[in-house]
Amino acid sequence: MRHDFIDRFSRIDSPIHRLSTSVKVILAFTAVITTIVLHISFAWYYAGYSLLLLAGACVSRIPKLFLLKRLLLFEPFVLGVSTLSLLQSGGGIIFFTVVLKSTLCLATMILLSNTTPFSDLLSLMKHLHVPGLLITILALMYRYLFVLIDETEKMQRARESRTFTEKQSHVWKTRVTLIAQLFIRSTERAERIYSAMRARGWK
Amino acid sequence: MHIPDGFLDTKTIIATTAFSAVGFGTALHKLKNTILPHQIPMVGLTAAFVFVAQMLNFPVVAGTSGHLVGSVLTAVLLGPNAAVVVITSVLIVQCFLFADGGVLALGANIFNMAIIGSFFGYMIYRIVNKIIPGRRGWFTAIMFASWCSTVLASILCAGELAWSGTVRWNAAFPVMANVHMLIGIGEGLITVLVIAAVWKTRADLLEENVSRVSPSSHREFIIYGIITVVGLLLFLSPFVSEWPDGLEKTAALLGFERNAIDSSLIQFPISDYKFPGVGSPAMATTLAGLVGAVIVFILGLVISKFLVSQSDKKISTR
Repeated sequence: MRHDFIDRFSRIDSPIHRLSTSVKVILAFTAVITTIVLHISFAWYYAGYSLLLLAGACVSRIPKLFLLKRLLLFEPFVLGVSTLSLLQSGGGIIFFTVVLKSTLCLATMILLSNTTPFSDLLSLMKHLHVPGLLITILALMYRYLFVLIDETEKMQRARESRTFTEKQSHVWKTRVTLIAQLFIRSTERAERIYSAMRARGWK
Repeated sequence: MHIPDGFLDTKTIIATTAFSAVGFGTALHKLKNTILPHQIPMVGLTAAFVFVAQMLNFPVVAGTSGHLVGSVLTAVLLGPNAAVVVITSVLIVQCFLFADGGVLALGANIFNMAIIGSFFGYMIYRIVNKIIPGRRGWFTAIMFASWCSTVLASILCAGELAWSGTVRWNAAFPVMANVHMLIGIGEGLITVLVIAAVWKTRADLLEENVSRVSPSSHREFIIYGIITVVGLLLFLSPFVSEWPDGLEKTAALLGFERNAIDSSLIQFPISDYKFPGVGSPAMATTLAGLVGAVIVFILGLVISKFLVSQSDKKISTR
């Protein structure tokens, strides 16, 4: 039961974790916007910001390997699409620009998401008058995400313990049943959650 | 298909953010007015369900694997307005929890996958469902709509990348569209099989949800329709004129006069395309897309026949 793999480190303690959510969000947004808007010829900005991100990663006390893995998880897509930009005149510069900019933005967001609990982001949204319905849906989604992942793992384990070898065609069949079952179970769970919410005086 | 930050330029970011703000605003407003209190947890849990379902990989040929996006699946399960809200929530959580998809590109991703993916897919679903009645038509509609929604979303993605000047349309469009024509088949199959499986065990759930969560009215259809059309015009039309570009390039390479080619293109736009092959890759892709659509539709008909007979068997044995 390792269902906290998504944001395991967002609740540890470090100088960056202790910063207020709004400060972190404003910093991250400013950095992302600057990185995208600024021309690539401002080399000093890109060099400086890369160093700042590295420093941030060190101060955050999140395992470096974890951050690197997260970065590498999305890098194939970045490289894949930007390779297409090589197919034009001056493509080399565009390729370099896109890879640099998106890697920096990605690193910024990885640092933000791993130093800020999602619930803090939700309360910030509430402050910013984001519609209540959206916040309720996001909060419910985040709360039960881990429960559903857990349930999926249980179903998969049950399946694996009953099959010796999984054939390709079987995988599809079991995955489809799994998804359908998961939907049915989440609907049933939603009904129980509603009763529980009502019992505690919701609306 | 989640576009990361850095691929889109300022004008594309502003345009896509504006479109998705209008579309999402409409969906949320409508949902707020029509949703019954007990359905709110249901929408939240469905969003969590879509997130988890996207993490399950399906093996495809040669060691590669694909996964569900779920735009049409959600639209069929909960109706189009709830689907736009659900897919948007999934994208928001993926962006802020996982850093999957950029923050400034969030507008583009919402536009492609939540608004076009769900709404356009739902429209196709409704149209096909009307043409072919009965349960067989229903399954065919689901499969075909999922394919169309995946392919259109990818084409829009290519258009946005080209509009930003990151990737040339002549490179982005063929690659994105061709890859997603294959991915779309997987999406269609998974969607229809999942819905058939839900239908087999809890048919009541489907009927109840479809009729009750956010019944859609003409007003949103008009708003979504306008956003879709304007988006398509904005992101795709600049490149329609660019289609002969590949041909022009090869001609220039072969030593023809540029002007001569240009004027001949204006005068005889059709006669210059040698069907099939020689023309530009974008043209070939468009043709492949049309052929692909027909193939997927037929595939949908075949699969739906099988699914209907399967589900009937299940009922008779009960």
